[in-house]
Amino acid sequence: MYVAVKGGEQAIDNAHALLAELRRGDPAVPELGLDQISGQLSLAVDRVMSEGSLYDRELAALAIKQARGDLIEAIFLVRAFRTTLARFGACEPLDTETMEISRRISATFKDLPGGQVLGPTFDYTHRLLDPALASGGEPPPAATATQADAATMPRVTDLLDADGLIEHSPLDTGAPVNDLTREPLLFPADRDLRLQNLARADEGFLLALGYSTQRGFGRTHPFVGEIRFGEVEVELFAEEVGFAVPLGSVAVTECQMINQFIGGENEPPRFTRGYGLAFGQSERKTMSMALVDRSLRARELGEEVAAPAQDEEFVLSHSDNVQATGFVEHLKLPHHVDFQAELGLVRSMREAFFARTELRTDPLEEAAE
Amino acid sequence: MTTPASSPHGAEVKARRAAMATLAHADAHELADRLALLPTLPGSEDLRPAEIGLVMLRGRIGGDGAPFNLGEATVTRAAVRLLSGEIGHSYVLGRAPEKARLAAVCDALWQHPGYRTRIENDVLAPIRARLEGERSRRRAQTAATKVEFFTMLRGED
Repeated sequence: MYVAVKGGEQAIDNAHALLAELRRGDPAVPELGLDQISGQLSLAVDRVMSEGSLYDRELAALAIKQARGDLIEAIFLVRAFRTTLARFGACEPLDTETMEISRRISATFKDLPGGQVLGPTFDYTHRLLDPALASGGEPPPAATATQADAATMPRVTDLLDADGLIEHSPLDTGAPVNDLTREPLLFPADRDLRLQNLARADEGFLLALGYSTQRGFGRTHPFVGEIRFGEVEVELFAEEVGFAVPLGSVAVTECQMINQFIGGENEPPRFTRGYGLAFGQSERKTMSMALVDRSLRARELGEEVAAPAQDEEFVLSHSDNVQATGFVEHLKLPHHVDFQAELGLVRSMREAFFARTELRTDPLEEAAE
Repeated sequence: MTTPASSPHGAEVKARRAAMATLAHADAHELADRLALLPTLPGSEDLRPAEIGLVMLRGRIGGDGAPFNLGEATVTRAAVRLLSGEIGHSYVLGRAPEKARLAAVCDALWQHPGYRTRIENDVLAPIRARLEGERSRRRAQTAATKVEFFTMLRGED
């Protein structure tokens, strides 16, 4: 029998008021502004935008503040917000080749057109905590180069492609683009759906899966062909205007992973590719994404599907941290009635057990005493 | 989009798109201040009051292949009509109703033969100068982090 239970409204209201007070913290300490979060915790904002699947720095900053820095909770808030707005359309695909570059590195070629540009990076820092940051104060101004040419930065993959050494990207046939926010995800899933799923997937989950491929669970022999981070212009074809309207620019990170070979009797050997793209400066995310994208191509490339990172149903069904946290965290909501049924069941099983064995007491409990 | 840029219509579209690109990067207060400096403007009415929504951003597989959905972005759009008939549109990233309305006004004025030069010179040019200044500063900072390799001499000979 299902018994509806009411109660706890006052406790819930009070719990939320307590949450609000603790979120604010010591009133003698200045409150965080959204511009501080957006400007000074910018990589947290980038992650919330990527996994929240919504590019809006201010909203992501608000979500981080509201969630007290719990990024998965913040991502949940952003996902919920996006359902309140209508979609005007889909943009022209971003052209990452024309990116206004802030960072561009290649682990495969030392000298390449446009060069290696480190930009703002934690790489080569010593990972020593900096007491100067704790005491505050302004950093020294960043160096500026006297000759700042807007060098063209061709893709590393194009340089290899020119010699036929790497597979082509799948052609744009003009076919409709699958959208997992509009139709349920079915398997097998095409690569566009897989990449959409990975782009909003939990960074930690992708990192672990990518790492597992490096350790031999579906090895792909990866090299970082190129990572680039910067601003790309966004355009939307607007019917009433009659042409693609420029909307402004977004910051994205792109990772081109170069992997070992395809080819065979009728086809010369070639490198294969894995691809990662995410909002903001999200380098670990896009690298992991590119590793997993390549692993998930096992079926397409005729490789044995043996490792978790190659199993698209396993990866795509468990990558979304909003879905995952919903299902895991729902366990703490009241299950009092369900549990009463379980209690009844275990009691009747025990009655049957004692009747069958003619034991009067539990031998395990006796042994424990 | 399909109109060649060499045709007169294509050149017009190209110039209007360039103006819209600048407006999309502008701040609301910057547009308001610049418009306030212009002599009396023709009256206008809202054809579409500013409205916030989403657009799906797309990438391409491998950077140059078939498209895929990357994630959405907030966008604000607006449309205005001048009493002289020109219709201005705007779509700008973010939640910015005032900026979208002002950008649509600028787009309408840009299409008005009597105002295009003023919009170009008194609104767009200073904004472009600001944006260009910020861009060159960022480029100079970025260029300072470019790696210069030196070949080390190794071994006996």
